[in-house]
Amino acid sequence: MQTLRISLQALLSHWRRHPLQFFSILTGLWLATALWTGVQALNTQARADYARASAVFAGPAQAQLLPRRGERFAQAAYVELRRRGWQVSPVLEGRLRFAGKEPLSVQLLGIDPLTLPHGTSIAGQPGGSLDLGAFIGTPGQAWIAPDTLQRLGLHPGEQAVTSDGQRLPPLHIQAQLAPGVIVLDIGHAQTLLHAPGLISRLLISTEFAASQPVLPPELATVLQLKESADSGDLQRLTESFHLNLTALGMLACIVGLFIVHAAIGLALEQRRGLLRTLRACGVSLRTLVGALAVELGLFAIISGVAGVASGYLLASLLLTDVAASLRGLYGAEVAGHLSLSPQWWLAGLAISLLGALLAGCGSLLRAARLPLLALAQPQAWRAAQGVWARRQAVLAVLLMVLAAVCWRFGDSLLIALLMMGALLLAGALALPALLDGALALLARGCRGPLTQWFVADSRQQLPAMSLALMALLLALAASVGVGSMTEGFRKTFVGWLDQRLSADLYLTPIDTAQSLEIGAWVKGQPGVRTVLPNWSVELRLQGWPVRAQGIVNDPGYRTAWPLLEQRDDAWEQLAAGQGAMLSEQLGRRLKLGLGDTLVLPANDGEQRLTVVGLYADYGNPKGHMLVNADWLRRHWPEATLGNISLKIAPEQVAGIRSELEQRYALDSTRLVDQGSIKRWSNEVFERTFAATGALNSLTLGVAGVALFISLLTLGHSRLGQLAPLWALGVDRTRLAWLSLGQTLMLAGLTVVLAMPLGLLLAWCMVAVVNVQAFGWRLPLQIIPGQLLQLGLLGLLTSLLAAIGPLWQLARRQPADLLRQFADER
Amino acid sequence: MNVRHVVAFCVAFLLAGCDDAPKPASGFAGLGQDAAAFEQVVRGRPLQFPADHGAHNGYRIEWWYVTANLKDEQGRDWGVQWTLFRSALRPGADEPDWGSPNVWMGHVGLNGPFGHHYAETLARGGIGQAGVEAQPFNAWIDDWSLQSTSGTGLDHLQMQAAGTDFRYRLQLDADGPLVLHGDQGYSEKSGQGQASYYYSQPFYRVTGEIERGGQRLKVSGQAWLDREWSSQPLAAGQRGWDWFSLHLDSGAKLMVFQVRQADGQHYRAGTWIGADGTSTPLRSDQIQLGELAWTTQQNGRKVPTRWRVQIPERGVDVEADAVQPRSWMGTLFPYWEGPVGLKGNPGGRGYLEMTGY
Repeated sequence: MQTLRISLQALLSHWRRHPLQFFSILTGLWLATALWTGVQALNTQARADYARASAVFAGPAQAQLLPRRGERFAQAAYVELRRRGWQVSPVLEGRLRFAGKEPLSVQLLGIDPLTLPHGTSIAGQPGGSLDLGAFIGTPGQAWIAPDTLQRLGLHPGEQAVTSDGQRLPPLHIQAQLAPGVIVLDIGHAQTLLHAPGLISRLLISTEFAASQPVLPPELATVLQLKESADSGDLQRLTESFHLNLTALGMLACIVGLFIVHAAIGLALEQRRGLLRTLRACGVSLRTLVGALAVELGLFAIISGVAGVASGYLLASLLLTDVAASLRGLYGAEVAGHLSLSPQWWLAGLAISLLGALLAGCGSLLRAARLPLLALAQPQAWRAAQGVWARRQAVLAVLLMVLAAVCWRFGDSLLIALLMMGALLLAGALALPALLDGALALLARGCRGPLTQWFVADSRQQLPAMSLALMALLLALAASVGVGSMTEGFRKTFVGWLDQRLSADLYLTPIDTAQSLEIGAWVKGQPGVRTVLPNWSVELRLQGWPVRAQGIVNDPGYRTAWPLLEQRDDAWEQLAAGQGAMLSEQLGRRLKLGLGDTLVLPANDGEQRLTVVGLYADYGNPKGHMLVNADWLRRHWPEATLGNISLKIAPEQVAGIRSELEQRYALDSTRLVDQGSIKRWSNEVFERTFAATGALNSLTLGVAGVALFISLLTLGHSRLGQLAPLWALGVDRTRLAWLSLGQTLMLAGLTVVLAMPLGLLLAWCMVAVVNVQAFGWRLPLQIIPGQLLQLGLLGLLTSLLAAIGPLWQLARRQPADLLRQFADER
Repeated sequence: MNVRHVVAFCVAFLLAGCDDAPKPASGFAGLGQDAAAFEQVVRGRPLQFPADHGAHNGYRIEWWYVTANLKDEQGRDWGVQWTLFRSALRPGADEPDWGSPNVWMGHVGLNGPFGHHYAETLARGGIGQAGVEAQPFNAWIDDWSLQSTSGTGLDHLQMQAAGTDFRYRLQLDADGPLVLHGDQGYSEKSGQGQASYYYSQPFYRVTGEIERGGQRLKVSGQAWLDREWSSQPLAAGQRGWDWFSLHLDSGAKLMVFQVRQADGQHYRAGTWIGADGTSTPLRSDQIQLGELAWTTQQNGRKVPTRWRVQIPERGVDVEADAVQPRSWMGTLFPYWEGPVGLKGNPGGRGYLEMTGY
């Protein structure tokens, strides 16, 4: 014990003399832990909120009865089933809008607490919180999460007023409730949603569902049994988003660990003498390795605590953006503040410990095998590394093959990500071999002795720098990939939006009656060029929610509705009620292409339409299709007129807008102009990629730090190589410039190699991952300016990383260089 | 379901001592405070049939309660219970749809040589999931029903229900008249004027079929229907009740109950019903009830399952012994309900209900 303490003291004294190294290790571990835990915090919070949303009725795989057509069905069917002994409980869902400084749309859930299946906890609440009389009585209760209450700007007990002037029951805080949800009695919900006598779905108790009940024939045409809850939709839809975040977080974490690895390696290199001395003084190998391990553990704990704390901070900074993009993209509600369990904090520390072990085990092993009287053998080491580099190259080729197999045969998001991971790793592993090859080629062309030394010495440096260069390659490739995808998406999206949003005013009246009234009134107004009513019906096709939109025959659609693929007579077919157009993701989901027949379950039997066109519908997690409005209303009398688009002479827009506002009491949530929608859409877009962008730049920064530390490590061990040159007459400044040139050459080659890898990655994302995750395919856009910018950024990072160590080199005392010849190494 | 839920019902049905429920601080008085807004039970209001077979929406609570003592073809004893409770969460007329103040609760039980089974279901008023119509009589909740098959009133009823592991379908035919308890149906529940309207049909002959564990059995026997409604039947300090409905071998029927009070001064009352249907109210001092043996139930509560019932004036001195001493109804508000056999003079059988343990 005594020896362990003394050894530890001796080992730790090193850091007093090398505080920079000390902080490098801390920084590396800290960054790795912070980025990883930060991303995990975001994901955990979001997933917890989805879970809360789906656990409004606990019971993970609850069977349900859903309407075959439309969103709701008559309550009589519920009573009929109960009277037949079915243990079902009604739920009515809908959305309520609230005006205010920030317009808010909230999901309303109407439940009947009396019939909820046994053991169901309501709104994630353990039993004991439902005051039946207060809940179902008058005025009742509206359960709301604290976060949502805050966004409404109200206090418990107050009554929220919707944008169409309806008053909710007094608000009642339920901490466990999902954000963006209000739960109340189904009776109150029917009133608020203008849905008297209607129900969205029926929950079936687990025991009853286990008896495999069969629907009576007259109800089987109205309802269908769905085994597991629909709430999984949200998890599934957002899965790709979180996978992206996780992938970025992991990348940053790995890059951080590169730093630690480099710094620990350096420390070991510098403490060889000390270790030998300690061994010579009789400290056993076991004690020595133990002391090193304890030291590593201390680092891990200190930086783990700091990392977890900053991870939390990072997550809370990014959460607003992440929450906003999740809401904008998927309608998923995530609370605007973090609430994490103790397990999360412990997991963060564990990551730090694991990372330290991972990064330090190589050094520990080397220390354990340290020959007591070893001499410096840089060239021999290089030879051994050469074998290792070849092995890495073989592994890289295997990974490439794996990626190709994934691409050819895979058809899921996980496979797509596996393919991306394999590509990235293959690129990183192939890097040393590729660089070595490139340098070997260069060496052939070199004539002068100094030039030959320049290239040969670069090759000799390669093994020591390869990890840092790999980190740089990964960070750059990811930046190029994500950047190309984002930029390409932005261009496609903006163009699509411009074309698609061709009307001047978009109206969402309160109900169909008001829509008809407004439609009739607005037609007679001066300046109104076109009135486009949008009839719609909510359907479920193969279990997927789909909106069928009925449009009138207007020539404007031909220009305003961009089609990816179409038949020549597409619009004529649509107008004639014989054709339908599908969103890209719907077509993919239903496996339907141009000319195929689409079968729809209408009230009057199955209806068949030919698919005549496919269009992009970015950002819509649900399916969408276009049909003729008259055809839709003929077969679905319950179709609603939810939206009206108006094309108005520019000078009349403001006048008609204010007239509509006054006449029909439409507020800003129901009356939106083109500019606002575009602004809003672009905002969602920007926010979606804000978190991605932030993580990306952090990763690049971390790669820079890794490079810096690698160079620092090298700077010390390379004096032996540089001293002879100095002795031969190359002055110190020149040596520093040569070294800088070497670094920049290696970094430059890495940057060049990162570009195709990044583009391959971008292609992977737009053509494989996006298709699997969202159902749409984007054209791959190569933006040379962006590539150049990222390449320069990579070089700048390397330059910044190289300056410090080289500055040290240039200021070396000649005595230091002379000493190289006196020393054994 | 959960605790507050249970409390709501316990309060609504005035049954203290629920399993998990903390006792309301003000006892039943809490209920008394706003009970005034409900219609009150008054002496001298003549009961009117068939209207009074239906629901009384102005009153706070009400029940339709059938218990049957049956034998299968092998001579084994079976007991059947079918109960529908109505509870109004607030005073006022019934409103259509979910706005209805009524909450309905159904309990059914099957008690036999293989033990005690029960089931429970709840429903909101106003939507048709549960309700009672007076003429033709039909009481239902979900797929459980008590329905007139012919004639008027309650003379011929079909009674059916199903739980997860049992079901029954029975035909009930009355051999005698309706019996009004207390003073022409005005039945006092304490010395301080708490009362309910209460009448019975104790003369049912029963035939039908029960099914348990996949086995179908033909059964026959006797049944007793109780109808009771009120807004405030128990006084503060009253903890629960023990209630007997007995079919005596002589053809006479006997209903006795005691409402247990915290001070030990239990309030007792009953009705002696001759074989011809003539009824005589029994006063507290004419009735002697004593516990003879206790049984620990599934929830750990001890409940008296053998009683001595004495009505000296009528020559009744019997031991009422539970057929299944563990006939606990582990429902939202739990209680004991099961068939009893009578030993002594005269013989007979009947049903026992005990609440508040």
